[in-house]
Amino acid sequence: MFSDELKRYDWNAVTRKIASKTSDDVKRALNKSKLDIDDFMALISPAAEPFLEEMALKSRKLTLQRFGRTMSMYIPMYITNSCTNSCVYCGFNRHNKFDRVILKPHQIEEECKAIKQLAPFDNLLIVTGENQYVAGPSYIKEALEICSRYFNNLTIEVMPLSEEDYRMLTEAGLYGVVCFQETYNREKYKTYHPSGMKSNFEWRLNGFDRMGAAGVHKIGMGVLIGLEEWRTDVTMMALHLLYLRKRYWKTRYSVNFPRMRPSESGFQPNVVMSDRELAQLIFAYRLLDNDVDISISTRETPYFRDHIASLGVTSMSAGSRTEPGGYHAFPQALEQFSVSDQRTPAEVEKALSTMGYEPVWKDWFNR
Amino acid sequence: MDKLSIGGREFSSRLFLGTGKFRSNNEMKKAIAASGTEMVTVAMKRIDLKDKDDDMLRHILNPSIQLLPNTSGVRDAEEAVLAAQLAREAFNTDFIKLEIHPDPRHLLPDPIETLKATEELSALGFKVLPYIQADPVLCKRLEDAGAAAVMPLGAPIGTNRGLLTRDMLRIIIECSNLPVVVDAGIGAPSHAAEAMEMGADAVLVNTAIAVAADPEKMAEAFAEAVMAGRKAFLAGLGAQSMDSIASSPLTSFL
Repeated sequence: MFSDELKRYDWNAVTRKIASKTSDDVKRALNKSKLDIDDFMALISPAAEPFLEEMALKSRKLTLQRFGRTMSMYIPMYITNSCTNSCVYCGFNRHNKFDRVILKPHQIEEECKAIKQLAPFDNLLIVTGENQYVAGPSYIKEALEICSRYFNNLTIEVMPLSEEDYRMLTEAGLYGVVCFQETYNREKYKTYHPSGMKSNFEWRLNGFDRMGAAGVHKIGMGVLIGLEEWRTDVTMMALHLLYLRKRYWKTRYSVNFPRMRPSESGFQPNVVMSDRELAQLIFAYRLLDNDVDISISTRETPYFRDHIASLGVTSMSAGSRTEPGGYHAFPQALEQFSVSDQRTPAEVEKALSTMGYEPVWKDWFNR
Repeated sequence: MDKLSIGGREFSSRLFLGTGKFRSNNEMKKAIAASGTEMVTVAMKRIDLKDKDDDMLRHILNPSIQLLPNTSGVRDAEEAVLAAQLAREAFNTDFIKLEIHPDPRHLLPDPIETLKATEELSALGFKVLPYIQADPVLCKRLEDAGAAAVMPLGAPIGTNRGLLTRDMLRIIIECSNLPVVVDAGIGAPSHAAEAMEMGADAVLVNTAIAVAADPEKMAEAFAEAVMAGRKAFLAGLGAQSMDSIASSPLTSFL
């Protein structure tokens, strides 16, 4: 399990190591064709900032070679905001007083239809709050069955499940699982996730091993930028990715770097990452792992998304609503976070085409 | 040029094309036309079988082109057989390019599952073109299993690194009774020409054309290189030598 592996890395020591990287370390990393974790630390360090253009060039070249001039398109569907956690930064925090929604089967179906009206989406990300009592594995399975009538490629972003449940859902047609560790800082984790199932750091962390063991086709990872020192967090996540790749080699991986945006809870980010830093991070991941999917959501602005699209990113959402029922039933319900890119999928498609990129809607077998 | 026969169909062009990674379906269509290809492979998973007017498919279909559906994305023989059956039903063709890669990262083919699927699909009447490692023994085993051609890789897929497996490819070409199509890794027209000079029956190219600055022109360049390579093979290349042999100093006494 990765929790044992992680014990070998001291948070403060890694933080210091990243800070100690020099421009010579960066140059060495840029001249290598196969990077290790030390090279990665150099590329995300402040010492690499003057090398941003060179990193962009390499990142673009590697992405083009592996993924071509295409962009994989997906859309999230929130089916419940019911949650037993009290994460201090999240709008779904159980202490926030608002009417919780758990979409009923016919409502999920209406959402599917409404999404299909927007664009020919085929990759659907089903998102829930974390309430295993009223919206647990059997509810998720039911949602998958409904959505599978409209979408061929289904991914879930839900509470960490048991290996048995991941296997059960995979056999029911699930393709991918997205789960954000949020932060790899074991000491601080509980300050942000004080109660509920999510307060259990190890259960969440080892969820990725359970997904791999269950044969999940694709695993999406992420840290929430805004909690702890981001450079240390993304390095820990890189270690996690390298660890998973060796053990669960039949699985595809994607990484996400959500930057915290204001939510209902009013929590202010502890650290702020600039656009330049996010770009640097994306390039560094591409240079470390030429094959990993890098996803960028509508949290980011149209300006940033359009420009980063050809430099390392391989997957994008468009037209997203981050509240349950947002496409049809309750277009005004409370959202988990507010989106920055409010363009329609057609507008995003047009922007991609203008840049010489083909949006790929369908990339999985018909059922 | 001499015709190539695979699965009972004759091909004038020995350049096969892949359809991934293009910046638009329109650009792909132009590249297909410029290449003069008659065999185009497409991933089953990219095509919406429920959509009679699938945009990608619309840009490929053409009476002079044999569609070669591929099973990219499947992880074992069982999934491959299912995908092949879907393809036959959807496109009304027995041709199938078998791609079984349980490792989604390097997309390297699984020889064990590929052999199994080839046996099953051949028995079901498919014309199977398996994408495989440049493994001469595996090629002979696939021949026995009923494959219509073999498609050994020149280098890891998408790398554009050329014929890194050339020593094995030479053995495969020498030993094979089936057409040998070099697939994957061909990154420049010179690589394609080299494969053809070696005696490969055809080459399959995708990334090198799709991500070129001008895919249409690159497709043309590949077409010319494949033709030149084939002609050179048919003409019989002279043997290479490091020493100049002007006279016969060692044997002039004879």
